[in-house]
Amino acid sequence: MMKVGTVRDQFATPGRDDAAAIEVAQLSKFYKATRAVDNVSFRIARGSITGLLGGNGAGKTTTIAMIMGLVLPSSGHIRVLGHSMPEQSAEVLGRMNFESPYVDMPMRLTVRQNLTIFGRLYAVENLDHRIERLAYDLDLGDFLDRANGKLSAGQKTRVALAKALINQPELLLLDEPTASLDPDTADWVREHIETYRKEIGATILLASHNMPEVERLCDRVIIMKRGRIEDDDSPEQIMARYNRTTLEEVFLDVARGRVQEGTS
Amino acid sequence: MSTHALAGGIAPHRISAMVLRYWYLLLSSWPRLLELVYWPALQIITWGFLQNYISQNAGFFARAGGTLVGAVILWDILFRGQLGFSISFLEEMWARNMGNLMMSPLKPIEFLIALMVMSLIRLAIGVIPMTLLAVIFFDFNLYGIGFPLVAFFCNLIFTSWSVGIFVSGLVLRHGLGAESIVWTLMFGLMPLACVYYPVTVLPHWLQYVAWALPPTYAFEGMRALLMRHEFRGDLMAQAFAINVLLLVASFAIFLVLLRSARKHGSLLQSGE
Repeated sequence: MMKVGTVRDQFATPGRDDAAAIEVAQLSKFYKATRAVDNVSFRIARGSITGLLGGNGAGKTTTIAMIMGLVLPSSGHIRVLGHSMPEQSAEVLGRMNFESPYVDMPMRLTVRQNLTIFGRLYAVENLDHRIERLAYDLDLGDFLDRANGKLSAGQKTRVALAKALINQPELLLLDEPTASLDPDTADWVREHIETYRKEIGATILLASHNMPEVERLCDRVIIMKRGRIEDDDSPEQIMARYNRTTLEEVFLDVARGRVQEGTS
Repeated sequence: MSTHALAGGIAPHRISAMVLRYWYLLLSSWPRLLELVYWPALQIITWGFLQNYISQNAGFFARAGGTLVGAVILWDILFRGQLGFSISFLEEMWARNMGNLMMSPLKPIEFLIALMVMSLIRLAIGVIPMTLLAVIFFDFNLYGIGFPLVAFFCNLIFTSWSVGIFVSGLVLRHGLGAESIVWTLMFGLMPLACVYYPVTVLPHWLQYVAWALPPTYAFEGMRALLMRHEFRGDLMAQAFAINVLLLVASFAIFLVLLRSARKHGSLLQSGE
């Protein structure tokens, strides 16, 4: 198991522009007797795409929720874009966004209405132009004026991604962005995530069960198991360390406790 | 949603964004619009005819000059005001949209102000036709009350918001399993707020409880106005003072429940 030694003292200066996108130190979340996240520390550089891997109950969603301020940590510290979370959330919430299949966009409103409302919440300038641009980029034009509840799963995911990109976030948190999508749509979504990162230089934290997706998109992978970090490195280094050719094989090794020689 | 209710001030563009969202929702469903008008209209017609019947057979009610119809309308302001607030809040829970809002720059105070604005809009849609029906069928012109109506209205709507804020906090913390409280809590106030009878009807010890509730002052004030043609400014001032305390307390409780929801991870599970 890889040792991670980041502590609060090593945090970047508050509010500095060159601070890491996300800094997490000794973060834990307990629900009564359950340790959802247990003493996790990591630092994510700006402009990178990091994959958060792990099976069900590994602590990925709870970790992301704490970074977003939706869940309060039991202990530990979080700094996002140089600001403490959740204490200074007002400073950063407008500069980040997220997408998850477990959080819906309002169903009875049209796509355009939903994007207009979120655009206003994020104080997006030239909002009509921004919506048109997103509609073009994400191919929403045919159903921009259709109720969200009448869209297919793939269309809904594209709309949710458009909502997540409405404010051109510096930090994008994606929780299983391609879950339940057909391979074609999933590939299409991945392509847009890559394009967005390249165009804006945004930082992306991606929780996923989809190993090929993580291999393709991520510069770095953090593997979680039972609330703790099991490994943290580039996909290539991790695969080499486990003597495996795919992350899926590594995932199975970790999930089933088959730690390879040379890993510690 | 920022964890600090007032950090960085209140942004009108975020409040207007939320009002726009609820306005779109309202317009997207004609049955919901119809329902806003339907129940208040049914109430006033039923109780209005009852008042007509009683006043033909009892001298007291003949003198009471529309107290029953007036009470029905004021009660609806209180009840529909809270429902208008709470239903807009519940829309977010039903739509599983709370996560999107909670991690947006929207502040709790802005969210609550938007819900208050929507409560006024929904109330206007439901209660204005009701008051017109009262004029047409029962010769009761609520607007003829003049300035006292403003005092009654403000005190009732403030109480409805306090209750709305409190129950919204409960639903936020405990999920949709607590939804029934939204629909029923106000009815718990009904006997104590003395909507249809004077406070003196209650046992002496219960009168202290009644006078702790601002709506009691509004209903007593209405009866004083309609039966004795006397505007009780003192009652309205007392009700206003209690309302200020209630609003501050309900907002504080909402923030505590929101924090508790964050602590227990309830915001990730907006279902039951």
